[in-house]
Amino acid sequence: MSAAVLQVSDVDKRFPGVHALRGVSLTLAAGRVHALVGENGAGKSTLIKVMTGVYRPDAGTVALGGEPVFFGGPIEAQRAGISTIYQEINLVPLMSVARNLFIGREPRRFGLVDVRTMNRRAVAVLREYGLDVDTAAVARPLRALGLGAQQMVAIARAVGVEARVVVMDEPTSSLERREVVTLFEVIRRLRAKGIAVLYVSHRLDELYSICDDVTVLRDGAVVHTGALSDVDRLGLVSLMLGRDAAAVRSDGVTAFSSDHGDAVDAVDRLVLRAENIEVRHRVHGVSLAIRPGEVVGLGGLLGSGRSETAKAIAGGLRRDGGTVEVSGRRLRRDTVAAAVRAGVVLLPEDRKAEGIVPSLSVRQNIVLAALPRLSRAGLLAGRKQDEVVAYFMDRLRIKAASPDQKVAELSGGNQQKVLLARWLCLRPKVLLLDEPTRGIDVGAKAEVQRLIDELAGDGLGVLLISSELEELIEGSDRVVVLREGRAVAELAGADVTERHLMHALASEPEADGDD
Amino acid sequence: MTELSLGRQHLRWVGWLRDYGVYAGIVVLLAVDTALNPDFLASSDLRVQTFQLVPTLLVSLGMATVIATEGVDLSVGAVIALAAALLPLYLGYNAGLAIAVCLAGGLLAGLVNGLMVAVAGVQPIVATLAMMIGLRGVAVIFNGNQAKPVLDPTLSALGLDSVLGVPIMAWLALAVVLALVFLVRRTTFGQHVLAVGDNRTASRLAGLPVRRVLLTVYVIAGVLAAAAGVLLVGHGAEADPANQGLNIELAAITAVVVGGTPLTGGRIRVVGTVAGALFMQLLSATLIQHDVPNSYAQILEAAIICVAVYAARDRGSR
Repeated sequence: MSAAVLQVSDVDKRFPGVHALRGVSLTLAAGRVHALVGENGAGKSTLIKVMTGVYRPDAGTVALGGEPVFFGGPIEAQRAGISTIYQEINLVPLMSVARNLFIGREPRRFGLVDVRTMNRRAVAVLREYGLDVDTAAVARPLRALGLGAQQMVAIARAVGVEARVVVMDEPTSSLERREVVTLFEVIRRLRAKGIAVLYVSHRLDELYSICDDVTVLRDGAVVHTGALSDVDRLGLVSLMLGRDAAAVRSDGVTAFSSDHGDAVDAVDRLVLRAENIEVRHRVHGVSLAIRPGEVVGLGGLLGSGRSETAKAIAGGLRRDGGTVEVSGRRLRRDTVAAAVRAGVVLLPEDRKAEGIVPSLSVRQNIVLAALPRLSRAGLLAGRKQDEVVAYFMDRLRIKAASPDQKVAELSGGNQQKVLLARWLCLRPKVLLLDEPTRGIDVGAKAEVQRLIDELAGDGLGVLLISSELEELIEGSDRVVVLREGRAVAELAGADVTERHLMHALASEPEADGDD
Repeated sequence: MTELSLGRQHLRWVGWLRDYGVYAGIVVLLAVDTALNPDFLASSDLRVQTFQLVPTLLVSLGMATVIATEGVDLSVGAVIALAAALLPLYLGYNAGLAIAVCLAGGLLAGLVNGLMVAVAGVQPIVATLAMMIGLRGVAVIFNGNQAKPVLDPTLSALGLDSVLGVPIMAWLALAVVLALVFLVRRTTFGQHVLAVGDNRTASRLAGLPVRRVLLTVYVIAGVLAAAAGVLLVGHGAEADPANQGLNIELAAITAVVVGGTPLTGGRIRVVGTVAGALFMQLLSATLIQHDVPNSYAQILEAAIICVAVYAARDRGSR
């Protein structure tokens, strides 16, 4: 192994009621990509925050290049050469690409920002990161770029500050497949430069294609550390979960049961029928039908119109055409309230921006949509609310200190369960799930997947959107594939396989285009 | 993120300041006042304070409701002017009718504000700024530029008389405070206000009646401002639409902010708003009593606003 750049030794960190890190040690070596994995609450984010100066450890040391360091804050850590790239992109969308890149260290001339030099240097830097830009492109506002390109700018910016260590916290969660490939090239380039990379991700594929070493955290302690090639996927999952590898093998990688469709054959009426859904520029005449107890997958690459289709069905996005029928009855109005009343509910893709109401409590978030039913003449019925909240917190195993805890303080997986509870307490007929397991840890993911199975078993119709092929394939009875806002394929039965799906996703657009 | 880097001790201190600072401020002011003037609490001065406080308080409560939805209502002063202009026009029939017309005027102004914000999607500060300018113009057209004397027994009772030793208008304010607390804590509407203020997109996707909620908060603010206008006219025994309620929107925003309601929405502190209004009132009274020049008083008020905003700034983080 090459020289240790960053060494975390015996770090302990406690929060009121939680022992977040217990004697954790981690060594990042120059020119190696180190994977940090673990379930939610395992202590990954706390560890990152200790390394990057956000938290101060209660015990233990952080050493950079052999010297113990004490950071007063993230900026000091950054100056010392530890750069962090967070899931969300911390840039200014309205400023130009070049300005974002050089924010706080713009090249100057006569005391003013030297825009021409700045743009020229931005082009040079970004080309190194595989972005095909020219001086006109870097002068445009950042938001003109795609999310993936924005992520590259964020990385270029972070690494530009003479980084010796780069911490990436789920860098691919908003990237398309193609952009992930570019990101990996960048990571390889960083590695070649002798930079130590800490890579946090839930996606096993990514870990195995880019990482050299791995450290597994469970309950705040290191349960395994070593070369990634020494442990296979199943071994890694079982280390994270603390479960037996054999049990994981027999249960499959996802928690979906394999026997779908028994309910489907029996019942032939439709619980949801969406015909010719149109959303200008986004969705062009997509039709979907879901039977009770059926899980219909909606596949497609980023930007194919999956989320927009689901939103348009749920009334969250204005339909420019098309009809929605629930149990044979047509929705008259194109609003969320009308859809909810009819029993169609949407779990939105962006949990933070569109799902949770962060400063309200878990209780308030759960009952939010059900308030009219949990109240009499506009007055809240406290007792009835408590019962509903207690039932769903128990059934979905929502981990919170109390129902009165702020929902923003929960982990991603628990927030997602709160949102599910918000809809389930309305007893919906159709669940539209947009990336229900994105950004949540392995354990919660399995729970959510199992829950989707159970709900379908209870007779709900489910529309499942997922970017993860295995989730889509194992979770769905049928898969409708979208491309550029049109349904281009439907896979059913034995055809629901990764090969068929990849083929449908990757095939060239047909000449006629319309379905 | 950056807040987390601050010492936790420090954070706790800021949180305490946000949650209880205004109450501590009131206690300190009262202590200073009684120390300097042992008769302070007993003096009839307290009644005078109440008369000055209540109209601002009513306006502040409406303002707090609007601010909880991440909005603001700059037109409250103009609504007071409208009420002052409408009152003399209808007093000839019957005081009750005149008051009802005033409140209806406030309701209408709030409705227009709400429609601009909720339906047309105009930013609250712009929508209500337009209303603030235009409505005062309307009020002066109704009334003319001259103040009119208003000598109606019902109105002056509302403005001056007491029941059980407490001014009627203070009882009114108490009723409004209790009603608002109830509204926020115990009704679906209150929950909707907080949810819409905290995350409007999520609220919309959860099927909440977002437009109706926004419309309603501006109507509440309008009606409360009109009520404040009625009290001001009754107390002053004159209707002066050109001057009554001038700058009261700023006093109200100050009271709300000092009371710990963040301008970013999603939270409302009703009792805190009362305390905020009371604190600012006590502060200016204290300074006047001790002949501190007005310019210094203004600088002090500004400092207090800054501290309050600083303390309320990190509502999201732990």
